[in-house]
Amino acid sequence: MTAATGTPATGAPSGAAAPLRGRITPLDAVRDAVVIGRRNLLRVVRLPQLLLFATVQPVMFLILFTYVFGGAIEGALPPAAAGEYLNWLVPGLMIQVSAFGSGQTALGLVEDLEKGVVDRFRSLPMARSAVLAGRTGADLARNAVVIGLMVLVGALLGFRYQTSFPRFLAGYLLALGFAHALSWVMATVGLLVRTPEAVQSAVFLPVFPLVFASSVFLPTATMPSWLRAFADHQPLTVVTNSLRGLMLGEGALPPGQVLADQVLRSGLWIAGIVLVFAPLAIRAYRRVAT
Amino acid sequence: MTDPIVRVRDVVHDFGRTRALDGVSLDVPGGIVYGLLGPNGAGKTTLIRVLSTLLRPAAGHVEVAGVDVIADPTAARMRIGLAGQFAAVDAYLTGRENVEMVGRLYGLRGAAARARAAEVLDRFGLGDAADRRVATYSGGMRRRLDLAASLVGRPQVMFLDEPTTGIDPRSRMDVWELVEDLVRGGTTVLLTTQYLEEADRLADRIAVIDVGRIVSEGTADELKARVASTVLEVHVPEADRARAAELLTGVAGEAPATDTAGTALRVPARDGGATLVAAVRALSDAGITPDDVALHRPTLDDAFLALTGDPATHAPTPTGRTRRGRRGRRATEEVAP
Repeated sequence: MTAATGTPATGAPSGAAAPLRGRITPLDAVRDAVVIGRRNLLRVVRLPQLLLFATVQPVMFLILFTYVFGGAIEGALPPAAAGEYLNWLVPGLMIQVSAFGSGQTALGLVEDLEKGVVDRFRSLPMARSAVLAGRTGADLARNAVVIGLMVLVGALLGFRYQTSFPRFLAGYLLALGFAHALSWVMATVGLLVRTPEAVQSAVFLPVFPLVFASSVFLPTATMPSWLRAFADHQPLTVVTNSLRGLMLGEGALPPGQVLADQVLRSGLWIAGIVLVFAPLAIRAYRRVAT
Repeated sequence: MTDPIVRVRDVVHDFGRTRALDGVSLDVPGGIVYGLLGPNGAGKTTLIRVLSTLLRPAAGHVEVAGVDVIADPTAARMRIGLAGQFAAVDAYLTGRENVEMVGRLYGLRGAAARARAAEVLDRFGLGDAADRRVATYSGGMRRRLDLAASLVGRPQVMFLDEPTTGIDPRSRMDVWELVEDLVRGGTTVLLTTQYLEEADRLADRIAVIDVGRIVSEGTADELKARVASTVLEVHVPEADRARAAELLTGVAGEAPATDTAGTALRVPARDGGATLVAAVRALSDAGITPDDVALHRPTLDDAFLALTGDPATHAPTPTGRTRRGRRGRRATEEVAP
């Protein structure tokens, strides 16, 4: 190679257009999040086994719990469950699916970090928020499908909401809102932990006790008092109780609870989690390469 | 020379207690291929990450295409393209979807994004494979797709971090041609490499970087000339060897070295061809007919080894931490061919 004799003039290459974006507007940020979200969803669509396994697991819980534990538990359920453990279980499983599924947010982000995709995104003139917004947005859509499929299987097995369709729908949306909030928690965890193997543990270790020490599977009434004190007040129980209130009627709530109050608390938990963890996740994302 | 398109001044960056960049300054003129050459852990990747807005240095000033990268990274991102060490493409998307997505993230919409993607894919010889999923692509194709994606935004400066690491020789030559083609189109390319052959073939100017510092800078020829002179090597029959050595000492001003087999006599050829002519004339006048006479120009390998010292002393420096969590992969990828 010869020396640079007669260096070409500096400046834009002949084919270069003016920069396409002067500054990134909020509208650009929404567009970018949609582009990233679409990309993440295409992965789910192109690799249907991901969606299949995500759905098989709650369906397995649904069947096992209904047929293994259902008979023993039915007597302990409030009359609002209409004598069917399945009716009691499906709203709880919506939250279980949300909790377990949220780990996918962490895994997806870590995979993108590993493969250098996040570096590519960070070198583009795109909104900084889009990678996280697109990820949590796509996970929300995925959760909507997985929870929907799980409810569908539940309906085939005999699940029936005892109130009205609008109330059932409100419960479904509340579950999705909670799933979205948990996605932000897991996004933060993933960006702090950063290796796929460690993320698996970091995600599932806290999720297991949270799901079991709650009203997701069983009423908390028979738990020892120290555990019950925790279980009754943790967000999974609050949101699960709200779902049951909405889908099965006020009678499904533990004695002394009012549905409107529980729904309000659920909303506050969701808002609180998002307000705390979305900024934490964004901060972790900003720091990820430095 | 016009204003440099990339201007780096006194950039310092630490990872924990390891100094990855230790006061790097360099100027890259527009419209050329500029090579950053250095051993593992020298700071090449860290410098690329600083230039491409991924890493904010602890100190220093960086300007790309007239934009202060640290003060206004978004404006810089509009003007740069980056292809990292690993092809950052999505295996489950098609080639076209990958490139279109990047186009949209540069702000292209709908038909414009589609048209630009088709144009870039054709240019990189991926037109026929565009609608296949990247999972079916070979390593070389993935690398080309990665380069295509980083070009969608018509960058003024392209940063390529080890663009040919881990691909087969044929794909490597394809990438070289693409880089040369890019530069003909007016783009400035700044690439890192640890392959001397690549730097020699592609780069108009080279900066040799070692333990976070630029140890030498110039054209490949300048670097070679700076560290070693051309060597004249003469083979003569055994009987004439002592006399030939005397004559060569007279021509070169120092006694010739012999090689391990003892058949070749080597002296520095300070005047290149003129030294050769003088040596041949002296031998001929003395009635000695050499078996072989050759001028050896120093290679970039000679320059690299002289400039960076014993590579074994810093191969495993902790600067591998530029990419946390993939130390192992990085180490295996950076083994020279």
